[in-house]
Amino acid sequence: MNALDPHTLTGAYAAHALDPEERDAFERHLGHCPSCAQETAEFAATLARLGAAETVTPPPELKARVLAALPGVRQEAPQLARTARPRARPARRAPRFALAACLALALGAGAVAVQQHREAERARDRAAALARQQQTVAALLTAPDARTATAATAGGGTGTVVWSAARDQAGFLATGLPAPGPGRTYQLWYDDAGTMRPAGLLPTGSGTLLLTGALDGAAGVGVTLEPAGGSAHPSGAPVLLLPFS
Amino acid sequence: MSRVVSLAPPRRPGPDLGELLSRVVRGDQEAFAALYDAVAGPVLGLVRRVVRDAAQSEEVAQEVLLEVWRTAARYRAERGEVLPWVLTIAHRRAVDRVRSAQAAADRDRRAAAASQAPAFDEVVEQVEGRLEREQVRRCLRTLTELQRESLTLAYYRGYSYPEVAQVLGAPLGTVKTRMRDALIRMRDCLGVAA
Repeated sequence: MNALDPHTLTGAYAAHALDPEERDAFERHLGHCPSCAQETAEFAATLARLGAAETVTPPPELKARVLAALPGVRQEAPQLARTARPRARPARRAPRFALAACLALALGAGAVAVQQHREAERARDRAAALARQQQTVAALLTAPDARTATAATAGGGTGTVVWSAARDQAGFLATGLPAPGPGRTYQLWYDDAGTMRPAGLLPTGSGTLLLTGALDGAAGVGVTLEPAGGSAHPSGAPVLLLPFS
Repeated sequence: MSRVVSLAPPRRPGPDLGELLSRVVRGDQEAFAALYDAVAGPVLGLVRRVVRDAAQSEEVAQEVLLEVWRTAARYRAERGEVLPWVLTIAHRRAVDRVRSAQAAADRDRRAAAASQAPAFDEVVEQVEGRLEREQVRRCLRTLTELQRESLTLAYYRGYSYPEVAQVLGAPLGTVKTRMRDALIRMRDCLGVAA
């Protein structure tokens, strides 16, 4: 620690640029210096703007891994807030397993939503169909060459496409897309070099679908909003475009 | 159809993160999932900016998010907003990672793999994100070169201030005060109030 006025260390402290010894000394000083504490808080908020400017779209597997690890991480009680902190070392999981878990979570949510809005019989049929879809799409993830691509939509929510060239199949997972609205449905399309080939309907904003038909060299998958029952050709601009790349 | 299209969502009032965090303190996993949705993009983005390596960045981001779950009870609303609190944790862990000697070896070993990383991590090209980035860049341009470099080397590269001083060929004391001057200017330029 050199003889510098500790008041000038607020910037380096907030940017985590002090060595541990200086940091500890500065933290002791902070307790007696309300203006330093105020400035440090303002700097943390300022740096958060620099950090938030770097925002990326996290891969869906990350959420699945984090949520799966929660039950194994003990939360600190409020009165223990000042004790030393052991490092959380969550168990690693294979990405594909994690994605399968993510899929299961999303599908679970979709199934629950369906149950809440249903008439008994239709919902039971639908849940059974969803379960079959889930199994098939989850099975697709076990293909050695399975790959995924994810994108967000303008209206919120994300779509993930899972595909395997070896199995010549693709599946689609929707998470939190806006509800299609009465008399409307999401429709999936294979992109055959610019020509859209119908690949199935998804009437809800969260759920999964094994795409109808083989990949057959398609360049990607598109999603549009269509009248219930679907269309032969896309009737509007796609909500999502996911290339197989 | 060669690229993922992501149009700009309208700016909506986000969830109240303070309220979510207070539910997280009580062990509410659903609230944590909602909090995750709000902070995971900034956390991973910042960590990636510092750590660079995609695989290591995800590991660090996961540690950060689990630390948020574990230490939610430490958050004090009177000391600032939730996102700065979370990003402070993220930055500290990212810096810890790049400063550990082990990480250096890992980074070298993984350098080749990084070039084949999947394209999941494209920066969110939403208008909202672009505006924020533009504003930060505009404010960075108002700094002197020494201020700007002191700040960005420390924050975005995770350099300690002696490392910054060495790279810039400036005295230690000068670098410390420039970092503070830079943050005062950025705070005022961005209109930040804690």
